[in-house]
Amino acid sequence: MNSISTMITTTTSTTKAATMSESKISARNVQVFYGEKHALRDVNIEIRPRSVTAFIGPSGCGKSTFLRCLNRMNDTIASCRVEGSIGIDGENIYDPKVDPVQLRAKVGMVFQKPNPFPKSIYENVAYGPRIHGLARKKSDLDDIVASALQKAGLWNEVKDRLQESGTGLSGGQQQRLCIARAVAVSPEIILMDEPCSALDPIATAKVEELIHELRSNYTIVIVTHSMQQAARVSQRTAMFHLGLLVEENDTDKMFTNPDDQRTQDYIMGRFG
Amino acid sequence: MTSHIFSAYDEDLKYLNRRISEMGGLAEQMCGDAVRALVNSDAALAQKVISDDVILDHAEREIQEKAIVTIARRQPMASDLREIIGTLRIAGDLERVGDLGKNTAKRVIAVQGTGVPRKLARGIEHLSELALIQLKEVLDVFANRSVAKAEAIRQRDEEIDAMYTSLFRELLTYMMEDPRNITTCTHLLFCAKNIERIGDHATNIAETIYYIATGAQPEGERPKDDSSNTLGAVAE
Repeated sequence: MNSISTMITTTTSTTKAATMSESKISARNVQVFYGEKHALRDVNIEIRPRSVTAFIGPSGCGKSTFLRCLNRMNDTIASCRVEGSIGIDGENIYDPKVDPVQLRAKVGMVFQKPNPFPKSIYENVAYGPRIHGLARKKSDLDDIVASALQKAGLWNEVKDRLQESGTGLSGGQQQRLCIARAVAVSPEIILMDEPCSALDPIATAKVEELIHELRSNYTIVIVTHSMQQAARVSQRTAMFHLGLLVEENDTDKMFTNPDDQRTQDYIMGRFG
Repeated sequence: MTSHIFSAYDEDLKYLNRRISEMGGLAEQMCGDAVRALVNSDAALAQKVISDDVILDHAEREIQEKAIVTIARRQPMASDLREIIGTLRIAGDLERVGDLGKNTAKRVIAVQGTGVPRKLARGIEHLSELALIQLKEVLDVFANRSVAKAEAIRQRDEEIDAMYTSLFRELLTYMMEDPRNITTCTHLLFCAKNIERIGDHATNIAETIYYIATGAQPEGERPKDDSSNTLGAVAE
């Protein structure tokens, strides 16, 4: 139960901060250690609101580690230590006063492998809003579920079988169900950790189209192994290598004329 | 630059580079032959230039096809992408250079009867030397990707323009002196214009190489000294 509530994350406060400041997320001198291993070194980045930022880099470069820092998912790993500060709307999320559960309400997450609950499609989406008291009556909850499924581009495919099991959907549909589940609790930021790596190209295209649509209302950070995906969906791209953030740039620039040699070698598929 | 992890990708890029060099060599040879055919009234050589153009057109199409397939299969990024797009542009320029050589060669038949006056022939030869040096050097720059040299070639187009303007003036003078020169001089005027435009294509190629190497367009307007378009205007 506990892990489920961590996963879907919400609180009663759902007011969407319409902050138009230059950065939604601001990381300063972030260092991450797994025991003795220094996994991330001195990462500084400003992530813009209502845009898609992609993290790319070879396996083990620290991009997923950094993504998980953004909603304190690393808190669950005993050996993990995070230093530096990460501000969301100017508030340091590593401040001891910050409640991680409230934080994760604001910062939703979608994982590599679709992980619907073994419950009905309706319950998958309704679970978060219900336990956090977002709906006072059944009709409110119905509206939230319908709206979240519509936002996730799944409504037309499932509206007549909301009581069927979520695990019975195809992989692509399951992933969109997970996105609907994240959206249902009205987060401001959605983190996606390789959300398409288990999907076929058609399902991938649907999720990418969804990311593109969600961008107008949410700040999206996506980790991807597919450079083409980063190039397709993001406005900004950050390249990680050996625990360092080596370059962060406009996506257009990043894939035509990157500044850093390591970025160049990686995206061009050359030996570093 | 280091090799691609997937070595077949390197082969694709090498193929494109090699074909551009071959096209460049042929275009250069065609233009040189065309001018030689013109000043020596050599119809057989002119005919060879005309038939060589088919080979050049074919090469351009093959480069286009290979470039498109490479983009589709390899999804190139950064300087690989710029290189493939640049290759397409350069192939287009070289194909045009071949057309200009062919057009010059076609005029050989027309001027054969009267022959080309020695002084004018020297002017045309000199102009073509300048243009062919530009073309040769830009092809060398393509092979070694020297940004500084690409920039220098771009600046030097001015010389060709100035030479062309002076030839234009000379041809006008000949025509005014004796209307029987008009046919030959008009053809020579087109030949001179063809050669001048070879210089322009060499400059385009230099700009493309600059873009491939740096990812930026060269700064500033290229110098232009072709004032032939206002020559002969009557002052009021």
